[in-house]
Amino acid sequence: MAKYILQRCLWMIVTLLATGFIIFTILYFTPGDPARIFSSSTASEADITVLRHQMGLDRPYLVQLGDFLYRAFFKLDFGNSYIYKVPVFQEMANRLPRTLAIGLFAMVLNLIIGLSLGIFAGTHEGKWQDSATMAVAMIFISTPDFWVALMMIVLFAAKLGWLPAYGIGGPQYYIMPVICAALGGIAVNARQTRSSILGVFREDFVTTARSKGQAESVVVRKHMLPNALMPIITGIGIGFSRIVVGSAIIENVFSIPGVGLYMLNALNSRDYPVIRGTTLFFAAYTAVIMLLVDLIYSFVDPRIKSRFFSRK
Amino acid sequence: MTTTQSVHTEARPIKVAKSSLLLETLQRTLKSPGAKVGTVLFVLIVLACVFAPLIAPYKPNDMDLTHMYSAPSSLHLMGTDGLGRDQFSRLLYGGRYSLALGITASLFGAIVGVIIGSFAGYFGGRTETVIMRLMDILSSIPGLLLCILISAVLGKGFFNTVLALAIAGVAEGARYIRAQILKERSKEYLEAAEAINCSKLSIMFRHLLPNVVQPVLVNVTMGIGMVIGMAAMLSYIGLGVQPPTPEWGALLAAGRSHILNYPYLIAFPGLVIAVTIFAVNLVGDGLRDALDPRLIS
Repeated sequence: MAKYILQRCLWMIVTLLATGFIIFTILYFTPGDPARIFSSSTASEADITVLRHQMGLDRPYLVQLGDFLYRAFFKLDFGNSYIYKVPVFQEMANRLPRTLAIGLFAMVLNLIIGLSLGIFAGTHEGKWQDSATMAVAMIFISTPDFWVALMMIVLFAAKLGWLPAYGIGGPQYYIMPVICAALGGIAVNARQTRSSILGVFREDFVTTARSKGQAESVVVRKHMLPNALMPIITGIGIGFSRIVVGSAIIENVFSIPGVGLYMLNALNSRDYPVIRGTTLFFAAYTAVIMLLVDLIYSFVDPRIKSRFFSRK
Repeated sequence: MTTTQSVHTEARPIKVAKSSLLLETLQRTLKSPGAKVGTVLFVLIVLACVFAPLIAPYKPNDMDLTHMYSAPSSLHLMGTDGLGRDQFSRLLYGGRYSLALGITASLFGAIVGVIIGSFAGYFGGRTETVIMRLMDILSSIPGLLLCILISAVLGKGFFNTVLALAIAGVAEGARYIRAQILKERSKEYLEAAEAINCSKLSIMFRHLLPNVVQPVLVNVTMGIGMVIGMAAMLSYIGLGVQPPTPEWGALLAAGRSHILNYPYLIAFPGLVIAVTIFAVNLVGDGLRDALDPRLIS
């Protein structure tokens, strides 16, 4: 087991290195010279050349790449923001709690409501409870979350005046962002849970369990849920990474200074160190989630477990 | 049941059986009320956008400075924007971009993803490791960012947005289908197919894929809706398709600054996007039920 986890962690590092390489390369070959962008419009060619030298942009590609990867991975140093002159890592650390708060609360809502709605619908297949739940889930899946966010601002902030529309402050500032970030995921999760439950509904072992006279709740909990779990776990993993990565748009709508908004602003202003830093952060975050999903997979499904371990 | 069985058991009349399977699937799809509603809605939306010049009361870029910011009325069904352009007409014309974007990007991404995922899932071993690690790398870069980076390198525009949105879908498609194949790989019918000396490609795409594609198909059709939403989101944050193209997300972006005074400039484009995605998803659901071999009696 330890060997498998170690192997999987090494792969994660390789993944991240590759991501760093891709991002650096893409940005390196993107048209536009950062030195020119950040010097004033009156700067002469000589000034720009000096600035390029100071920023280290006149070094060969491989040297710059190596320097970036070395600093990012061994020193957690992503450089300073071109615009704010603040270390990217420090700024991300300041902003991270807001992004994570939204992500975690949204995920908790997602898990509790999504799973229970899915189980509820799945166990009432074909009845009106099922249709009603799925109809509502379908509506929320289909509605873009940033539009819901805008509509909520119109309703709750402008018309009713219950909640603040923008910015950060007390807990009331987080209510709308969390709900908006969670809605789509809840619906996806409910549907995924329902369809996996229905998938195992007709399996022989469920019929066997029923014919033994087991209580329906035990059948659901002990026989159906574990077998329906794999797609649900994948869905949850993807959902969790998507909520945090997708925080950019929610933070944009609600003007919450989190990591996502940091990234979006940097993209608009071509602040390369920030783009690289935030991208690597989101990539690392996603990689950790995916690692957990894979580990849980091998714990949950004995078929996969044996496949991994018999080979060693 | 008999016609669908023949696909698996008889080798000769495959061509005939295939087409009838498709027809049968369509018939079954349309049996469910949800799929019927979705199909009708979606066809209506597509027709409305295709025949926009016939339906739209105004040209999408015609300005009428005497009717700026006029609220929805019989003259302007969905109101007008800051330049007096009729929002209903703009939505009709803009749908051409949004729909084309959604359909091409998700189809492209899904097909590539399914092929890659099938190779990984079926062959296993080193092939699987290499492919899935590449997919891991791909999916570890947030799709939104990947899209932005690609557009930055290639330049903004319609085709680049399609490409960027499609690439984001590839990894997910591959992951999903590989997860399904993992569950399916040890079943007897694959062994049987191997025993009668089917080629690997034939086993993968004729025997394995039909049995694993059903759960993935839900994701694919949902993908069409999701890509339409993603595309709208991209133009909303100022990327993707650029104004003055009346793409739906661009309309949302334009209306954003007036959200408190003229909420209908935000409400209608969002509603149209939501209804379109809703219709696509309903069709996807119907398809899923129709393709589920366990539901065919």
